[in-house]
Amino acid sequence: MSIQIDKDMCCGCRRCSAVCPGMLIEHDADKKAQIVYPKDCWGCASCLKECPAGAIKFYLAADIGGHGAVMQIKRQGNITQWIINKENSTTIIKTDSKAANKY
Amino acid sequence: MEKLQINYIDTDIIIAGGGTAGCYGALKLAESTSKRIFIAEKANIKRSGCLAAGVNALNAYITKGRTPEFYVDYAQKDAEGIARGDLLLSMSERLNECTRDLEKLGLVILKNEDGSYAERGTRNIKINGENIKPLLADAVNKNSRITVQNHINIIDFIVKNNKIYGAVAIDMVEDKLYIIKAQVVLCATGGAAGLYRPNNPGFSRHKMWYPPFNTGAGLAAGIRAGAEMTTLEMRFIALRCKDTIAPTGTIAQGVGASQINSRGEIYENKYGLSTPNRLYGTVEENLAGRGPCYLRTKGISAEAEMDLKKAYLNMAPSQTLKWVEDGEPSQNNVEIEGTEPYIVGGHAAAGFWLSSDRQTTIDGLFAAGDVGGGCPQKYVTGAMAEAYIAANSIKSYLENKKDKLSPAEYEDIAERYVKVESKFFGNTVKTYNIESLEETMQKIMDNYAGGIKTHYKYNEQSLIIAAEKIAGVLNLSVKLHAVNMHELVFIHELQDRLLLCLFVIEHMRARKETRWHSFAENADYPNQSNEFNKYINSRLQDGKIKIIERDLVGREEYYEHTNR
Ligand SMILES: Cc1cc2nc3c(=O)[nH]c(=O)nc-3n(C[C@H](O)[C@H](O)[C@H](O)COP(=O)(O)OP(=O)(O)OC[C@H]3O[C@@H](n4cnc5c(N)ncnc54)[C@H](O)[C@@H]3O)c2cc1C
Ligand code: SF4
Ligand code: SF4
Repeated sequence: MSIQIDKDMCCGCRRCSAVCPGMLIEHDADKKAQIVYPKDCWGCASCLKECPAGAIKFYLAADIGGHGAVMQIKRQGNITQWIINKENSTTIIKTDSKAANKY
Repeated sequence: MEKLQINYIDTDIIIAGGGTAGCYGALKLAESTSKRIFIAEKANIKRSGCLAAGVNALNAYITKGRTPEFYVDYAQKDAEGIARGDLLLSMSERLNECTRDLEKLGLVILKNEDGSYAERGTRNIKINGENIKPLLADAVNKNSRITVQNHINIIDFIVKNNKIYGAVAIDMVEDKLYIIKAQVVLCATGGAAGLYRPNNPGFSRHKMWYPPFNTGAGLAAGIRAGAEMTTLEMRFIALRCKDTIAPTGTIAQGVGASQINSRGEIYENKYGLSTPNRLYGTVEENLAGRGPCYLRTKGISAEAEMDLKKAYLNMAPSQTLKWVEDGEPSQNNVEIEGTEPYIVGGHAAAGFWLSSDRQTTIDGLFAAGDVGGGCPQKYVTGAMAEAYIAANSIKSYLENKKDKLSPAEYEDIAERYVKVESKFFGNTVKTYNIESLEETMQKIMDNYAGGIKTHYKYNEQSLIIAAEKIAGVLNLSVKLHAVNMHELVFIHELQDRLLLCLFVIEHMRARKETRWHSFAENADYPNQSNEFNKYINSRLQDGKIKIIERDLVGREEYYEHTNR
């Protein structure tokens, strides 16, 4: 369980590093974000939700059953799109922050 | 690094930890006093602590036609009587008011057609809990009466003659030590994860249930200052979805999925439905060769499957990713397992020994939420309710407290801490490091103090070995080398957990019975005993752990510390 940050997409806004509950993200000399303690990630997805550039991807490591898929987030108003890319397919699930869980 | 730079902060009330209880406590204090309020938070209150990923439901609510007493009965029964009636009742009486406050802050709660809240079972209500922490944090950040300092880590409380005078903190990034002067501290740093070897000890070692960043700092600081602890032997072990360690209750209650073994037999009724027994049943089925165990989801409708996926995205997104990547719940039953044990006063009853007004045995140190002992099944709203009660008590407490330490005394304390902290940067040990000592601690607890390896069981001999070995690791930890402030925090997190381990071990030794399966399974004494219808408490005295037995406190009582 951890995250990857795409350096080319990162605009250096520091929002991800500001909110990570474990302070696991730092910035390099070009202000680009990088995860410095990948094994310490809790998987809370707070950094993905903050990132305005969609530069952060979330994945399950192999030891907990991951085999290569990554998840990204796009937020617009109340709607969050959770985009899961597997090798040959993409799944998109939308959640609405104004709608309560049925369960 | 040469030396840490000292910063003095002057306030009236310190809130240690800006999580659920800390944020709500600050808001309640700001409503009722004009005193200065200072939140010291190691992360950022926007997404820190238990609520970072979001939560599923409000698990503690007095539903239609029921009373606070009903909730107290439930929690008492689940804890087999070892819970404080007074604390549970005053908490239960405030659950619904705290819920209304959350709704006012913007929390979305599912409603019935008549406008009442949609209930789930007899104690829960349905919400969208994804943004619950940003909502609380927003209200705090907008309140001009509250000062928030993110990214500073409390390492100790300042206590003289058993009275609180502030707290010591270190910066997570800059070379700074903070001496925060205050008359009152509300400890709300949460429970403790990371004492035991986790389910996924490899790359995904932090894919655990409880936040790995809650490391029992406030409990350990309280212990060092001489505060009394209660019921630390009642560890909390969660029954969770395998690998992702995501909650199971949403599946069980949402689609009515039963717990089944690998033969497809429903086993939950065989062992009883209390929180410990649901877990214990799973352990026993595995031991009998009938594992792995599952929640039976095969065959659920496409609509139910989508609702489940969305509910998990709002609190544990890794589970939805797992379903999409590894197989859908309508096609495959969801495998379940027990986690490693945690110390969490919001679920079990381990934590500070409190008076009815939520004061610890240290004058002026209050506690709320997962650090508070004796009051299990708190969850989000119960943690808030405790903070609310503590806020009221703090207000009255401050009315006639004026005494302060002199500036020279604070300077002395600062210099002492700078010396101790700076030493870690100069240490040169090469044969072990922070990570290897953490793994050593977790292995010892796992093997000898009732971890996953021994199916949560322990005995007197294994606990003696655990205590000896943990004390050895604690000795080694003083020589650890830190390269930066974050590593200095890691060293404190390790030392806090080691100290807590020693206390947990002594508590388990002292309760010579098995009151709760798995949570405290003493193989030397496999049954419950009426002799232990009492609380096991403890305190650090002359450098040693002193065990104190205390009589049960009923819901009609008002408990004050008379012999602290
Ligand atoms: C994954 C998970 C899911 C849950 N789901 C639900 C649910 O669906 N419904 C429900 O009702 N309850 C749920 N709970 C329980 C509930 O969230 C907790 O009981 C409650 O939030 C605890 O509040 P707290 O304030 O004690 O701890 P927290 O909210 O964790 O706050 C502790 C704070 O202290 C900070 N801190 C820690 N150490 C230090 C230090 N040394 N210095 C400064 N700051 C520090 C932390 O960063 C954090 O902000 C869940 C808990 C977890 C872990
Ligand atoms: S998922 Fe959570 S713990 Fe992991 S890096 Fe992002 S914010 Fe930090
Ligand atoms: S939030 Fe996104 S864009 Fe901003 S620093 Fe982090 S990765 Fe870069």
